[in-house]
Amino acid sequence: MTLSLGHFLSLGAILFALSVIGIFLNRKNLIILLMAIELMLLAVNMNFVAFSYYLGDMHGQIFVFFILTVAAAESAIGLALLVLLFRNKSSINVDELNALKG
Amino acid sequence: MSASLSASTLLAVPLAPLAGSVIAGIFGTKFGGNLLGRKASHSITILGVFIAFVISAMTLKSVALDGARFEGTIYEWMVIGGLKMEVGFLIDGLTAMMMCVVTFVSLMVHIYTIGYMEEDEGYNRFFAYISLFTFSMLMLVMSNNMLQLFFGWEAVGLVSYLLIGFWYNKPTAIFANMKAFLVNRVGDFGFILGIGLVAAYTNTLNYGEVFGKAGELAQIGFPGTEWMLITVICICLFIGAMGKSAQFPLHVWLPDSMEGPTPISALIHAATMVTAGIFMVARMSPLYELSDTALSFVLVIGAITALFMGFLGIIQNDIKRVVAYSTLSQLGYMTVALGASAYSVAVFHLMTHAFFKALLFLGAGSVIIGMHHNQDIRWMGGVRKYMPITWITSLVGSLALIGTPWFSGFYSKDSIIEAVHESHLWGANFAYFAVIAGVFVTAFYSFRMYFLVFHGKERYDQNPDAHHHDAHDEPDHGHHGDHSQPHESPWVVWLPLVLLAIPSVVIGYFAIDAMLYGEFFKDSIFVDATRHHAMKEMEEAFHGPMAMALHGFTAAPFWLALAGVVLSWYMYLVNPAIPAAIKRACGPIYRLLENKYYMDWFNENVIARATRALGTGLWKGGDQGLIDGAIVNGSWKLIGRISGVVRWVQSGYIYHYAFAMLLGVFVLMSYFVWFKR
Amino acid sequence: MDVKTGLFYLFAVVLLFAAFRVITARNPVYSALYLVLTFFQASAIWLLLRAEFLAIALVLVYVGAVMVLFLFVVMMLDIDVSSIRQGFWKHFPLAAGVGALIALEMAAVLMGGFRLEGAPRGAALAAAPGTSNTLELGKLLYSEYLYPVQIAAVILLVAIIAAIALTLRKRKDSKSIDPGDAVRVKARDRVRIVTMPVTRAAEPVAAEAAAAQPQPGAKA
Repeated sequence: MTLSLGHFLSLGAILFALSVIGIFLNRKNLIILLMAIELMLLAVNMNFVAFSYYLGDMHGQIFVFFILTVAAAESAIGLALLVLLFRNKSSINVDELNALKG
Repeated sequence: MSASLSASTLLAVPLAPLAGSVIAGIFGTKFGGNLLGRKASHSITILGVFIAFVISAMTLKSVALDGARFEGTIYEWMVIGGLKMEVGFLIDGLTAMMMCVVTFVSLMVHIYTIGYMEEDEGYNRFFAYISLFTFSMLMLVMSNNMLQLFFGWEAVGLVSYLLIGFWYNKPTAIFANMKAFLVNRVGDFGFILGIGLVAAYTNTLNYGEVFGKAGELAQIGFPGTEWMLITVICICLFIGAMGKSAQFPLHVWLPDSMEGPTPISALIHAATMVTAGIFMVARMSPLYELSDTALSFVLVIGAITALFMGFLGIIQNDIKRVVAYSTLSQLGYMTVALGASAYSVAVFHLMTHAFFKALLFLGAGSVIIGMHHNQDIRWMGGVRKYMPITWITSLVGSLALIGTPWFSGFYSKDSIIEAVHESHLWGANFAYFAVIAGVFVTAFYSFRMYFLVFHGKERYDQNPDAHHHDAHDEPDHGHHGDHSQPHESPWVVWLPLVLLAIPSVVIGYFAIDAMLYGEFFKDSIFVDATRHHAMKEMEEAFHGPMAMALHGFTAAPFWLALAGVVLSWYMYLVNPAIPAAIKRACGPIYRLLENKYYMDWFNENVIARATRALGTGLWKGGDQGLIDGAIVNGSWKLIGRISGVVRWVQSGYIYHYAFAMLLGVFVLMSYFVWFKR
Repeated sequence: MDVKTGLFYLFAVVLLFAAFRVITARNPVYSALYLVLTFFQASAIWLLLRAEFLAIALVLVYVGAVMVLFLFVVMMLDIDVSSIRQGFWKHFPLAAGVGALIALEMAAVLMGGFRLEGAPRGAALAAAPGTSNTLELGKLLYSEYLYPVQIAAVILLVAIIAAIALTLRKRKDSKSIDPGDAVRVKARDRVRIVTMPVTRAAEPVAAEAAAAQPQPGAKA
């Protein structure tokens, strides 16, 4: 069958679902959590690009551009935080991050 | 000199005693710093009451001789939706007469108190209270609207409470004053229902306007029942009178009110406060004339009170209680007269009774002081030798009470008996029987007391309770003179007795014509002569006071009274063993009378206990359990429990928060997919 | 099935497999590497969608920078892998359920609302001569989206500063001092001038006693 928008959208959806599963599963590994977030962003980007192509509208790609920028900034800072966390607690176990308890 | 009825002059009548009361009450007591001594206190208060009396007398003269009337607003308090609430005066024959009676008796009591309360440390407070009472009673009688009437009503109840419990360290006094207040409250509940109904259906509280609309009121039925509205109003108002004027079954407070000092028994519980109910019904005569049912009710209640309270007077041993039951019985007579539509007769009896009953109470008080505060008549006797003035005046009072011809009590009592005789209302026959029998009973107990106190052997040293000062909790007075022998009281005590004895003898003779059959109450009291023709019949039969007195010697009441006197003379002076024998023979009846028909037992054990149980139940169940426990405590406990659960959401674990976010996204997505098509 | 569709399926399958391995790999280095593979596949798919610039940017920026950073961090941290993997598969059913639901719902929304008939319009655009993806992007970026571009630049600057500020550590053995402290110091905090005579005559009298005294002191 011919490629249609639906294919790309379902791809994006499955990718998103996978990242959600990843968040659910990886509560002990903060790094994988961050990677799952990257996957989420990738899924969203996939949608944008697909729409941009099928609607002939360049704005979708512009948006991906910005998402890329922000994602890069966010992962840099996220990893810096991870490093700090590891320095202080010698562990990246998310389970142990309960200091926000009210 | 005829004083015109100006508002400011009239205003001085209640305000002068009030000023005296306030000054003595604040500056003469610890409250204001004890600035005034005893002399200053009593002088100021007596001055206030004297001013009130003088102006009242002048007003009476204007009203009676010059036909002056006054009706006006003194101060408009507020207007709510067309209902005006004001302070105003209505001065007509009825008011003027009441003003004079109140101020005169109050003045006598004030003077008497100088001697009676001489050794009491609450002297200034007492004067303040009795002046305050005078103010309240004057506001009550001078009012031109029901709101002020109610104000005066409550105020006299309050001062009565304060005065009955004057010796507040005595537990019996506190019990008595609470009882008086609470029983009065029951009556006031009915009273305010009546006032409320009047205000609701006529949208006014002013007497004149209400009476003007009385005709329309008579047509309305009470919604939801078959009763007429006017009947319900009159019965509700009368319930208030039952409380205040101590009619059966709300009479239970009056004998207990004897715990207060004798001057107030004279002032409040004989002459003035208890007559407020009678006054009120007489004032409301245009309303009562429209309802035969209410009048029958009044008649029957009055008759029951008149007869059965008299029975209780027979077995009392406390001198004040004999007079108290006598008061109850006479109030019953007044009520019976009201029921027979003979309002002027009732008010006339009110006036004469005020004089001779106050006289009897003050005489009893004089005897009490003379007997060094012993009040039990079993341990008196032969007092006439030591206290001649008290003896003569008490005899005069007793003769007036039993209805001896020419004395004032005769005119008023016989008029009542005749009026009841002429009435055809339901219950009139029973009432007639009651008032006739009551004459015998009245004479019997009055002279029983008289003989036991003033005649016979002296029994002072037989008193087992002698020198029990703690029984009366009065300050130890200096033992003047020989302790076991009585002595005459000082002039401040016997002067009021003499001054009260005079009207007890003469006022009936002189006033009956004008008051009952003349123009005196023309526009104060309204009688529907077509339906209730008792007054009309009496007027036709009346040929002047002298003729009435002469005719009285041949009438049944005189012979019954004489029989009562003779029997009491025989039983208590000639053969004193008879009463004890009768008591043994009629044991159950004696016990019934001794326990006051078990009414006190009933009130205390059934009603009071049930009310306390209800209160406790509402407290424990309603207040503590429901409001505090379930609603107030329950709400925070519930919140605590909920937050204890919700707290787990804030686990501190970051992945929990991530989950929460994801779940939130999921929920929102579902909402938009499935529900927001 | 034409070439494009076949390529798409190939890339898509590898993408999904790699993504799955990202989240389930035991070794975090493997996860990172699988993520790199995921990005490569995504890039390839975007090439199919005629978004060349973004495809290359994905590789350059994401793989080249972000994933390298990830790898640095993963290899720098001494992670106790075994303790981390405890209870991993316990939650898989729930996670899979939620994930499946999310996917289905998203698909339902997107497919239900966005059924596009006909050829992709972008294809025509991209095929036009004289234009390229990059050119089009550039035209749009520097005209309509100029302001967001500047803001993106600032975001990146902030990220740099934040990352450095968060993780900067002072060397333990560094002997450098804060110049501010050095400047602030005053002479009298460090030096105390005491006046005393240069020489002092010895006391003659106590000389013999001093000679005698120290002995017991010396003995002790």
